[in-house]
Amino acid sequence: MTVHNLYLFDRNGVCLHYSEWHRKKQAGIPKEEEFKLMYGMLFSIRSFVSKMSPLDMKDGFLAFQTSRYKLHYYETPTGIKVVMNTDLGVGPIRDVLHHIYSALYVELVVKNPLCPLGQTVQSELFRSRLDSYVRSLPFFSARAG
Amino acid sequence: MAIFSVYVVNKAGGLIYQLDSYAPRAEAEKTFSYPLDLLLKLHDERVLVAFGQRDGIRVGHAVLAINGMDVNGKYTADGKEVLEYLGDPAHYPVSIRFGRPRLTSNEKLMLASMFHSLFAIGSQLSPEQGSSGIEMLETDTFKLHCFQTLTGIKFVVLADPRQSGIDSLLRKIYEIYSDFALKNPFYSLEMPIRCELFDQNLKLALEVAEKAGTFGPGS
Repeated sequence: MTVHNLYLFDRNGVCLHYSEWHRKKQAGIPKEEEFKLMYGMLFSIRSFVSKMSPLDMKDGFLAFQTSRYKLHYYETPTGIKVVMNTDLGVGPIRDVLHHIYSALYVELVVKNPLCPLGQTVQSELFRSRLDSYVRSLPFFSARAG
Repeated sequence: MAIFSVYVVNKAGGLIYQLDSYAPRAEAEKTFSYPLDLLLKLHDERVLVAFGQRDGIRVGHAVLAINGMDVNGKYTADGKEVLEYLGDPAHYPVSIRFGRPRLTSNEKLMLASMFHSLFAIGSQLSPEQGSSGIEMLETDTFKLHCFQTLTGIKFVVLADPRQSGIDSLLRKIYEIYSDFALKNPFYSLEMPIRCELFDQNLKLALEVAEKAGTFGPGS
C-alpha cells in the first residue's frame, strides 16, 4: 500500500498545496495545467454524481478507482477540497482527509495570520507537518523512499 | 440491495442503450393552502423548490404531481403552466407531490458523454503507468461500475453501495451484447440498441445479479 500524491484546493479552484511521494508517472503537462485539469475533473464529477444519484446525497462523491490507483475525495462545507491518490488496497480514508483539513490546514494555515487565504500555502511548518503525518499513516509504505 | 440502472456508451461517447431497473422513491406529498410557503422556480423546464425545505421536501426537488395528476415538465396535465396554476388562490387547497427530478433522455445522453470524458481524464491524471479510466466511482448513495471492452464500448452499472458481484454482471452484459446485439443482422454498429432479445436477457441478468449479489463475493 502506498500514497502517491495529495492536492488541496480552495473553493475557487486555486491549488493551495500539492505534494507527492511515490509518483511514478507525471501527467505530461505543466503543473499549473495539471491542477486545473484535476479541479475541472472533480468539479464535473460532483455535478455528474448529483444528477445521477437516485436519492438525495449527504456527503456526495467519496472516491473513484481505476485499474492502477484510487482517488479519495473530501470536501468541507466551505468548499476546501482534499484529494489523495493512493493505490487500490486502501479502504475509506475520510477520517485521514478530515484530519489533514481540521488539524493541519485549519490549525497551521487558517489560524496563521501570516498565511493569506486563497493562495498557495507558503508555510514551511504546514509542509513539514503534512509530510510527516502522511509518512506516519499505516498505509504509507516506505519501499520507494 | 439493488441495481439502479445500466448505460451502454459507444466508443465516441454516445449513449446507445439505457435501462432504469429500479428507482427508489424519495417523494413527499402534502396539501397546501394559499399562499404557498415554498419558493418555487423554473429551472431546465422543470419547477424546482428553491427555498423552504420542510417535511421531506428538499431544495432541488421538483413538482411531480398536482392533485394526483402528473405534471409534464413545467406544464400541468391539462396544459397550464405550473407556476401560474399555483399562483392562483382559487386552486387552493392543493395537494402537491415533490420528489427528485427524474432524468430526461436528453440529460441521460449528456451524462453518458460526460462520463466518457471523465473516464479519459481519470486515466490521464494517473500517478502510475498504464492506468485505465474510472472503473468504480463511489458516493454515499450509489456506486458506479464501468467496464470498457477492448473495442472501446463502455458498460456502466449504477448500483447500491452494498451490492456485490457487479464485476461479473458487467462481463455478463458484454456477453449479452455480443450475443444479441452484435449477432443481430439488423443491428448496425455504434447505433442505439433496439433488440428485443437483448432487452429480455439483460433484465434477466439483472434479476439474477440482484439476488446472487447479496451473498456473492465482493465485487
